[in-house]
Amino acid sequence: MCGLCGSFAHGHWSDGVASNAQTPTAERARRAAVANAALAPFGLTLKSWGGRYVLSSRTGKAAVVEGFGDLWPAAEKLGGRSCDPLDATVLARLELGA
Amino acid sequence: MSARLPVDVITGFLGAGKTTLLRRLLARPELAGAAVLVNEFGEIGLDHLLLERIDGDVVLLKSGCVCCTVRGDLKAALEALLGRRARGEIAFDRVAIETTGLADPTPVFATIAADAALKHRLRMGAVVCVVDALNGAATLDAHDVSLRQAAAADRIVVSKTDLAPPEACSALAARLRALNPVAELLLLDAETPPPALWLTGAGEGPPSRWRADTPAAEPGHDARAFLLEAEAPLDWARFGLWLSMLLNAHGDDILRLKGVVAIEGVAGPVAIQGVQRVVHAPEHLEAWPDGDARTRLVVIARTIDPERVRRSFRAFVGRAGTNAAAASA
Repeated sequence: MCGLCGSFAHGHWSDGVASNAQTPTAERARRAAVANAALAPFGLTLKSWGGRYVLSSRTGKAAVVEGFGDLWPAAEKLGGRSCDPLDATVLARLELGA
Repeated sequence: MSARLPVDVITGFLGAGKTTLLRRLLARPELAGAAVLVNEFGEIGLDHLLLERIDGDVVLLKSGCVCCTVRGDLKAALEALLGRRARGEIAFDRVAIETTGLADPTPVFATIAADAALKHRLRMGAVVCVVDALNGAATLDAHDVSLRQAAAADRIVVSKTDLAPPEACSALAARLRALNPVAELLLLDAETPPPALWLTGAGEGPPSRWRADTPAAEPGHDARAFLLEAEAPLDWARFGLWLSMLLNAHGDDILRLKGVVAIEGVAGPVAIQGVQRVVHAPEHLEAWPDGDARTRLVVIARTIDPERVRRSFRAFVGRAGTNAAAASA
């Protein structure tokens, strides 16, 4: 079964992985790295932890998240601000770092 | 996966003709095995063996995720039906749900797509929206929920066309095509039987159903449809991260999302579709629509600047040194 269809077995549609993925642990670490580029403007970081992730703020607050499905509500709660991918400041920062 | 039963949804505003359409569809032998759930028993009787009534409570699950707004009553009704089927008490091969005319249909999709107990046994079939040729334009003007119903549809039936002037029917059809370019449109009068394939063909049709015509640039004051395109295959993690973020922030204004995506490491096209914050499980297609192996996603949204969405798509999903995500008008 293609890994994309893994989303049927997990909680969120984005959980599946493409067939070129490495081990589940390596894939989670890679996903965390992808997420960290987007989380940086909000002062948050994500780390793979067991089969899940830990989201942390600069002030030491932390939350456990399952995947991208519950990442953004948790990020908004932890960071105390909305995480808007259309925000001009966020976009400018990402474009500069690209 | 093939064992999952399709769930078809008939939506549309009050008085649009949902029950009439459902009654006519259920008369077709292809749909003899459908179990039917309706919100209220109307004046038009549905003479069907497996007719069940559902009531109206909508539940926000304690997990707090907005996409987990499920209809508790619908979940209970579906579980009861599936239980009776498993025990051999009843037999059916699909489920048809008629929503109440005042309902945003999204919680119905969330119930199927997000509920852990149901999503392994059911899959979304067709979403059919009925729009009344006489009152449809005024309803779209006055009631936000009717816009959401039409935007969520795979197929739109303009009903009562024999009662409205031809020019009014044409204008309404053009408006609906602009609002939802990914939906098939059928103008129906009281005599012509609706094609049964309108329900049974969902998910089994040609791949072209994933490829909308060029969306209209400015469909008046309705929501607008626009296209996101990418030449090179996308990284699935980047795409999933971005779309999750976009829908978390703007899900109320993104009425519909539908298209095909090229993913690195995946041989064929992957179909993606969602309604507001609910995204269905990705679906592998046999072949690229029109043989064109590019990412093409149609977004139907309100109040959001399409150019800003394209820029965000490039910034989050595209990568430095590549042209993975290219904007297109």
